[in-house]
Amino acid sequence: MEVLVVNIQGLSTNPGDLPNLHNILKQAHDSLHAESIRLLPLLDMLDPSLHSLGYLYILEACTSSALSKEQASAVVLPTARFMNSCSKEQIQLAPEKFISVCKRFKDYVMQLEAPMRGVAPMLAAIRKIQSSSEHLTPLHPEFLVLCLLSKCYKAGLSILDEDIFEVDQPKDLLLYCYYGGMICIGEKRFRKAVELLHNVVTAPMSVITAVAVEAYKKYILVSLIHNGQFSTSLPKYTSSVAQRNLKNICQPYIELANSYTTGKIADFETVAQKYQEKFDNDNNLGLVKQAISSMYKRNIQRLTQTYLTLSLQDIANSVQLNSAKEAEMHVLQMIQDGEIFATINQKDGMVSFLEDPEQYKSCGMIERIDSSIQRIMALSRKLTTMNENISCDPMYLAKVGRERQRFDFDDYDPVPQRFNI
Amino acid sequence: MDADDETTAAMIDDEIYANGGGEDEKRNRPIISGEPLDVEAYASLYGGRTKISRLLFIAEQSRGCRNEAMELEALRMAYDEVKKGENTQWFRDVAQKIDGRLGPEYQMDLAWCESVDRRAEQKREKLENELNAYRTNLIKESIRMGYNDFGDFHYSHGQLGDAFKNYVRTRDYCTTSKHIVHMCMCSILVSIEMGQFTHVASYVSKAEQTQEALDPITVAKLRCAAGLANLEAKKYKLAARKFLDTGHELGNNYNEVIAPQDIATYGGLCALASFDRAELKACILILLFFVFWNKVIDNLNFRNFLELVPEIREVINDFYSSRYASCLDYLGNLKANLLLDIHLHDHLETLYDQIRNKALIQYTHPFVSVDLNMMANAFKTDVAGLEKELEALITDNQVQARIDSHNKILYARHADQRNATFQRALQTGNEFDRDVKSMLLRINLFKHESNQKQSKKS
Repeated sequence: MEVLVVNIQGLSTNPGDLPNLHNILKQAHDSLHAESIRLLPLLDMLDPSLHSLGYLYILEACTSSALSKEQASAVVLPTARFMNSCSKEQIQLAPEKFISVCKRFKDYVMQLEAPMRGVAPMLAAIRKIQSSSEHLTPLHPEFLVLCLLSKCYKAGLSILDEDIFEVDQPKDLLLYCYYGGMICIGEKRFRKAVELLHNVVTAPMSVITAVAVEAYKKYILVSLIHNGQFSTSLPKYTSSVAQRNLKNICQPYIELANSYTTGKIADFETVAQKYQEKFDNDNNLGLVKQAISSMYKRNIQRLTQTYLTLSLQDIANSVQLNSAKEAEMHVLQMIQDGEIFATINQKDGMVSFLEDPEQYKSCGMIERIDSSIQRIMALSRKLTTMNENISCDPMYLAKVGRERQRFDFDDYDPVPQRFNI
Repeated sequence: MDADDETTAAMIDDEIYANGGGEDEKRNRPIISGEPLDVEAYASLYGGRTKISRLLFIAEQSRGCRNEAMELEALRMAYDEVKKGENTQWFRDVAQKIDGRLGPEYQMDLAWCESVDRRAEQKREKLENELNAYRTNLIKESIRMGYNDFGDFHYSHGQLGDAFKNYVRTRDYCTTSKHIVHMCMCSILVSIEMGQFTHVASYVSKAEQTQEALDPITVAKLRCAAGLANLEAKKYKLAARKFLDTGHELGNNYNEVIAPQDIATYGGLCALASFDRAELKACILILLFFVFWNKVIDNLNFRNFLELVPEIREVINDFYSSRYASCLDYLGNLKANLLLDIHLHDHLETLYDQIRNKALIQYTHPFVSVDLNMMANAFKTDVAGLEKELEALITDNQVQARIDSHNKILYARHADQRNATFQRALQTGNEFDRDVKSMLLRINLFKHESNQKQSKKS
């Protein structure tokens, strides 16, 4: 073992020696695994940032077998330090090992019931293993789980705000979007939540998974809260398994959505009562309550379209609240949240609805429009490049060549032979 | 009962004068007006099957309103008519409905039924033999007439489905366009009776497509039928146009389907509900012309005609001159009797609602601000109800305004185009963003899937 340590210390400094080191480590793999947790003291002799590759191998061997609680808590601190300070280049040589170490780290942290300890290291780990900020790694969902459990939603949001375009494993994406949706719901960013959940539901899949079902349930509720409506027909690009099966599995939610569109709060509450247990079991009761309050908001917003001034009593009557006082509370809350523009005259018990003061003339607005334009142009360019790449792809050309041969025998020159695979 | 009739008649006359009617209304009591329908006079406008079906419809509706006098009157007339024909099924129905309430002359007469049925069977056999003979001889014209006769036979016995089938079969043996038109007219008649107005529409267009020019009466008949089909399909604007296009030449020539008054009534109501102001003005002129022409041409019919057309014209005139209260009032009076009309019954509520909404919209259209109290007076309703109606119209985007509920004023409000455009642009940008990102993600997933499949294959 000491030989190994010496090798690691010696060969880690020079990047040219790294492949050599890697081979040595691979050969020592089995013997390391045999030692397992007893290798822990070796780690003290190594520096995680300089000898990352060696450190990684030893760490991976330490954690390869199941650990007791005390052993786990002993491993957690060095692992966290490693994840924070390891060298990116060395790690990239053995990505699967790194990922499995991080996953086990998450398990230990949860075993010790201290998820918050794992949040920062995991975030650092993601940065180390990502090839670009658009790359989704298997660590992303793990990170989001830790954020959810430790209620560090803001940390999760920082990752979610980055756009993802490259995916290693579809499963990772589904989990990532699902957990991401839950974090956004927690932070009340419903627009992003709808986007993420929509991605889960419409992702290509050949079988229905539990993730898809749970995501669909939340998707229905969040659509109601954010958009005020929900259409049961999924877009054309949804997989056929999803289109056929999701609606049947989530029947109570569909019923709830239908009663929302009628606008009658009493009906909605009855349906909510009816399936209360089900919603509770799915942990969606909170969302259902939010949907009910969003219904009141939407009804009040509709009133702003038809009235200039309206008495609080009339608002209470038309929105089906119990008293003018309740109506006042609701309107006050909405004004504070910026959802409507109005003033309340308490002497007369009247509310005056005002126009949206946004005149679209300020510098801030111009900057916003400009940045939107830039962003969209960049996206457009990305789409065009992707299109070009696909049209040069040999597999695509082969398929097209085959079909063209079949249909346009006389009109077109047949695609050259070498593409007819 | 008579004394009541006279006083109500006097009141109605006063009302008409108050509404500004100017012609010779005094000459005859209106047939459809605020007072109870004169069933006999109404039925005299029609002939053939429609007379009986309309009488039966009136009886049915009166029963619903518990107006026994009218119900029995209608049933009595229906009984007399049916006995003149050969439809034993109908006879049985009517006798059953009367249920002995009209005395011994209006009972079930089984002997009559049996003799008619026997005769019908004999005739049917004869017709069938003739038809077979013609068919073996392969003379087109005779075959056509054979099928036609069969169709007529079934029609008079109330077997509408068979009648329709036979009329349609004549199509293969029609040689001139006259034959085709005849077949179309028969099919249209049967379809109207059966209530299948999609057939009516298709046969009308078929008849209109013939090469030879049609005579004006047939053209008028076809337009009427088309109007009825549109009415049934709830296409009120098209129905109004068709009815108003029907020329005065129609006169009484189509009374096995529709009376001239009906054209004015249906056309007028549909026009009120769906025309804009320019078209409405033209409609008034047409109706005026209607009256004038018939006054000159046919003095006998003049009496029948005059009753209703000026009333409808007055209603439209009131609407056009913004005397909404009197217009809606009078329409309300007419409602009870219009509900007894077999074609209007299902559409009257919708038409009335549309007319009322149009009145509200037109009232508010020219103003920047409207005092809701004055408007409620003009429409003879209370402010709260009016507010609710206006709220529905505003939400529906038919009125561009906002209500100041504190001061009870309606303010016109025109959307700020510039702000709305900015908002829409930003929103579209966001949607594009979102959709393209999901799309790129999905492409990636697909590529992944197909790569996996490729690697599995190789």
